[in-house]
Amino acid sequence: MSRLPQRPDEWIDRSRQVRFRFEGRDYVGFAGDAVSSALWASGVRTLGRSFKYHRPRGILSMANHDVNVLVQDGQRLNVRGDVVPVREGMDLTAVNTWGGLAKDRVRFLDRLSAFLPVGFYYKAFYSKRWFPTWERMFRAITGLGRIDAATPHIYTHKRYDFCDVLVIGGGVAGLSAALSAADAGASVVLVDENARVGGSGMYQLGGDTAQREAVRGLIARARGHKNIRVFESTLAAAWYADQWVPLVDADKLTKMRARATVMASGAFEQPTVFRNNDLPGVMLGSAMQRLIHRYAVQPARRVVVTAANADGYRVALDLIDAGVQVLAVADLRDTLPSCPAVEKVRARGVECLPGTGIYEAHADGSGEVTAVTLCKVREGVADTSTARRLDCDGVAMSTGWAPAANLLYQAGTKMRFDERLQQFVPDVLPEGVFACGRVNGVFALDSKQADGARAGALAAAHVLGTALEVDPVLPGGEAPSHPWPVVKHPSGKNFVDFDEDLQVKDFENAVQEGYDNIELLKRFTTVGMGPSQGKHSNMTALRILARLVGKSPQQVGTTTARPFFHPVPMSHLAGRGFNPHRRSPLHGRHAALGAVFMPAGAWERPEYYAVPSKSRIDSIHDEVRRVRTKVAVIDVGTLGKIEIRGPQAAEFLNRVYTARIDLLKVGGTRYGISCDETGVLTDEGVIARLADNVYYFTTTTSGAALVYREMSRLNSEWRLECGIINLTGAYSSVNLAGPDCRKVLGPICDADLSPEAFPYLAVREGKVAGIPARMMRVGFVGEWGYEIHVPAEYGPALWDALMQAGEPYGIGPFGVEAQRLLRLEKGHLIVSQDTDGLTHPFEVSMDWAVKLDKPFFVGQRSLKILKQMPLKRKLAGFKLPAGYSGQVPQECHLVIVNGEIAGRVTSIYWSPNLGHHIGLAFLPPDMTAPGTAFQIRVTDGSMVSAEVCETPFFDPQDLRQKEQA
Amino acid sequence: MPWRLLRFGLSSKHPEPRMFTAPTELRASYDVVIIGAGGHGLAAAYYLAREHGITNVAVLEKGYIGGGNTGRNTTIIRSNYLTPEGVKFYDASVQLWQDLSEDFDLNLFYSTRGHFTLAHTDSAVRTMRWRAEVNKHYGVDSELVGPDFVKRACPSIDISCNGHAPILGALYHAPGSIARHDAVAWGYGRGACQRGVEIHQQTAVTGIEVKGGKVVGVQTSRGHIATNKVLCAVAGSTPRVTDMVGIKTPIYIHPLQAMVSEPMKPWLDHIFVSGSLHIYISQSARGELVMGASLDPYELHSTRSTLDFTEGLSAHMLDMFPFLSNVKVNRQWSGMADMTPDFAPVMGKTPVEGFYLDSGWGTWGFKATPVCGKTMAWTVAKDSPHELITGFSLDRFRNYSLTGEKGAASVGH
Repeated sequence: MSRLPQRPDEWIDRSRQVRFRFEGRDYVGFAGDAVSSALWASGVRTLGRSFKYHRPRGILSMANHDVNVLVQDGQRLNVRGDVVPVREGMDLTAVNTWGGLAKDRVRFLDRLSAFLPVGFYYKAFYSKRWFPTWERMFRAITGLGRIDAATPHIYTHKRYDFCDVLVIGGGVAGLSAALSAADAGASVVLVDENARVGGSGMYQLGGDTAQREAVRGLIARARGHKNIRVFESTLAAAWYADQWVPLVDADKLTKMRARATVMASGAFEQPTVFRNNDLPGVMLGSAMQRLIHRYAVQPARRVVVTAANADGYRVALDLIDAGVQVLAVADLRDTLPSCPAVEKVRARGVECLPGTGIYEAHADGSGEVTAVTLCKVREGVADTSTARRLDCDGVAMSTGWAPAANLLYQAGTKMRFDERLQQFVPDVLPEGVFACGRVNGVFALDSKQADGARAGALAAAHVLGTALEVDPVLPGGEAPSHPWPVVKHPSGKNFVDFDEDLQVKDFENAVQEGYDNIELLKRFTTVGMGPSQGKHSNMTALRILARLVGKSPQQVGTTTARPFFHPVPMSHLAGRGFNPHRRSPLHGRHAALGAVFMPAGAWERPEYYAVPSKSRIDSIHDEVRRVRTKVAVIDVGTLGKIEIRGPQAAEFLNRVYTARIDLLKVGGTRYGISCDETGVLTDEGVIARLADNVYYFTTTTSGAALVYREMSRLNSEWRLECGIINLTGAYSSVNLAGPDCRKVLGPICDADLSPEAFPYLAVREGKVAGIPARMMRVGFVGEWGYEIHVPAEYGPALWDALMQAGEPYGIGPFGVEAQRLLRLEKGHLIVSQDTDGLTHPFEVSMDWAVKLDKPFFVGQRSLKILKQMPLKRKLAGFKLPAGYSGQVPQECHLVIVNGEIAGRVTSIYWSPNLGHHIGLAFLPPDMTAPGTAFQIRVTDGSMVSAEVCETPFFDPQDLRQKEQA
Repeated sequence: MPWRLLRFGLSSKHPEPRMFTAPTELRASYDVVIIGAGGHGLAAAYYLAREHGITNVAVLEKGYIGGGNTGRNTTIIRSNYLTPEGVKFYDASVQLWQDLSEDFDLNLFYSTRGHFTLAHTDSAVRTMRWRAEVNKHYGVDSELVGPDFVKRACPSIDISCNGHAPILGALYHAPGSIARHDAVAWGYGRGACQRGVEIHQQTAVTGIEVKGGKVVGVQTSRGHIATNKVLCAVAGSTPRVTDMVGIKTPIYIHPLQAMVSEPMKPWLDHIFVSGSLHIYISQSARGELVMGASLDPYELHSTRSTLDFTEGLSAHMLDMFPFLSNVKVNRQWSGMADMTPDFAPVMGKTPVEGFYLDSGWGTWGFKATPVCGKTMAWTVAKDSPHELITGFSLDRFRNYSLTGEKGAASVGH
């Protein structure tokens, strides 16, 4: 491990060595090292293989877009070596190799590149016969890292946070913005994805130590400011509507709601495009500076700089200070400006060559850079007669920048291309969003400070509601970006997109094929679609396209910058997950009785109560017999329970339900169905009128939330004077049913249960076992029964009281399956099981429940029309012969008539009370006469004969559930 | 290496011609104007030219080829629908899909993976049985399978879904496939252009002229066109175009979002869909996980993304595949889904003579691309609805003869 002498603000901790493995060899780094810096310090230059051609690649940016240096770290995949800290004991392998990084067995692909032009995979491999084989091969070769199916479910914390001003990016501009906003009284959060704030001010020095002092001062002030919180190693991953910004750090996701955002996200340095610009050792100038100042790693010994701005000269100065021999600065510009950086470089004896570019980089057998050829370059065309070869082991590329404007685009900023700066800059910012620093086209240190202070003050004024007018900070000096950082070469391999291995000619060829706008070009070439999302490639691709089609970058435009800024782990997004499970207040009672639970919407309901030594079906049949012969109780607390109060409560319900709810007398209940505007049956329930202006009603279990939501929506349109209260969780309810139910309830209830005082379909309020209760006479299961609703906290007490009172009568619980069977014996349908997305009431013989002569109800218009039309199908009861022993049809098996689908079974059970199978099925209307035989096709294709019969199947006159007149 | 690639290495100049019409002026009139150069519009143009000899056709596109829902969907192709109309229609589509790459000489990466629609509740099991029975009736390969079958196909799946939603069964549809969505539009676009059709990108339709109940012309951002036939194939922009001719449809727009992970080595061969967990997932040939969920629950004419979409979808993904915890989400996006009340499309003739609709695709327009192009081309050429689309006519809403396809939605919407 070789390091430079201690740097003033280095990130590494030289007192803590970290041992790790890479590609099977042991290495040592320091705490604070990135994987790439530790390896580079150990002399490793080839850190990964490229995506398509499997070319060796090294460091490009050290800025979280070196996606050719993705490593597998045990169960963690696609770990970015350029930014992820190295940890003790890591055992790393490069992801995109076959048989190891050095001896990658598919590195021959590089030699075949002439046969693999852009989009080559569209142009072959598609014969029907061979495609599956080719696809297997493609899938095996592509795909980067591996998942390990043994990886545990990682639960990550989430937190919510709020601030007045969120400043994204902790460089000079961001620090200045945070300070000025905080000084104005705003609460500020400053986030930076790097381990330390300071930004380029701390590493793009050009030998200027005063600059670092200034930045240190800003950092110290920000850290000490009572209005500023500094979040380091934290990624602002996206910008969503209403200043909603997810902040991602190593162990949590913070959802930040800001009142204003200042984007101080800086700029990405862009590669210069020349032949073999991807060789290990060729890197961005800023990457070299990060290596030097953050990690104290000498990037190379002998470096050639290709420059087109002052930054390139600062790189040269930093390299010289780090003991690197700078062989030459080749500047793409025809004339060199007389700026201090250039002068200083000249003063150090470095050759500065105007109008010169790197024509080609050369490699040794390992594929790492050993030399470059410099040529005079004009408009990207090299004059090869001027070729000059320089031996070197490093190349710094410093020819331009692209704004890190991703979040600005997401916020809806209109950007414009500034020809002088050769950069897109914000033109029209959305309200509450501000930009400063390099992303705003401002590059010089003092200008960035001024621009940050301006943006911070504006953001604070926006938040605090004060008026403020400040002049924009005008970018000064020379253009930071060269308009054409591309040097053509007949042999290509001049890479634009390192993620996707795209060369200049790929773009030319794509445009030739007609992919000549930026969006088509992106999709065909896949530029910017790799893991770095175009951070180092989109701008150059855009320049190339603009030249090819003869337009300006402004006219060509950019592609959409979508979330996320950097990829975000699913564990962070998922957090702990949200899977609400609802349990009835009686859940513990059910469990104690041996209940087997089933999901019902979000609820767990007892499917049946298992009796030891009995089968499931026998247990269910026991429950059914108990209801029919004795008395039993079921928890119906999962039904939706809604109360509506107010002078227009009756009018409201009259519009929602198809029945005449307004005519319902106080103390009475009515079965009600609701429809949607197309007349389709949506829900059902029992509506009770407790007082003139008070209704209480139930919905189906699965429909509760939807009904409440829809009613709330409807009344936001109708504005009737009534309140809608969802009491589903506030009430516990049971249905006590069976011939002996009055004997059980009578002694513990203060209401008069005589049929005269409490007739069928009445509702009464009273006390049961001292508990205030709402009681309804219901008959869903076909027996005398009371549905008893009590406040949820009293549910268990009510249950216990009923069980105790019922003990002499052999009371027991019954579950959902028994209830389904019992209701089927009565021919009652279940909405959504016996109906579907098109069922209207007339198809299920509910004409009686639809009062078309009301002034209005939802679906009335449709039902009036449907009433005039012939029915297409009808729900009818059917049975299988007693003693039938063949294959039993199941729900949703089809009714087949003359070889065509004519209907389907919606419910079927064997009835222990009747001794044969009964069911409901949709049939053609002309086949619903009792006695009609029809055929049901079961899964294996065989036919089963069934016969239509009347419903209710059991107790057709309903003698058991109500008093006789 | 296939021989087809040799020419690239052996030729000094890139040996590929333009795929699409080079930008030209609009002609004064066309026999047919198609609005929308997505998969549907281009497929219709292709079949108009190839099968009906109608080549004086302009496809107008306000953006770029395939830039709408063609390029935003999650590329799942299947025919395991619920209604007879749907099953027959999508089955015809699958038949066309299978030959499309060879027809085009363009690799669409049409990859048959097998499609599971997971059932986590007994009511979902019933619906899957219903779909399986209807599918089998029309010769479509679908069956109701148990959790053990699911586990065998994907041993790494958590069959209990973290205890939240145990998988009780699934509808397994062996022909279920994925394809490279953009290439579908390019293939149809090239095929149409080769036969004389013109594609005009960055050309917005601003008005449609109707005289005496008949279409007579189209106003565009680049001038006027005379035509008697206009096919509208604009998915989420349908209401804006139908407003131009004064037709009312029950189409409403909801955003539908999706996201994609970083690439990883292949581990998922099948396509999985879960209605209860609201997810669908497949792994692309590049190794990315392509993931989608249910519609955003409100009407919105916008393609903005939301954070809660990625949160909910990731949480449910990890319920089913907990080992994806370290997998990173690379990108999210959104499209505008043109929904109908019965979840079936609106296709065919309209009350305005010469104005044809190809709309109401909601969440499944991509898989219908070939059959839709073919049947709409037939319908436009003959001015009479193709027999496969009679169940999808606009007047079914007036006539209360809906084609209830909601039960075939991949996830609850």
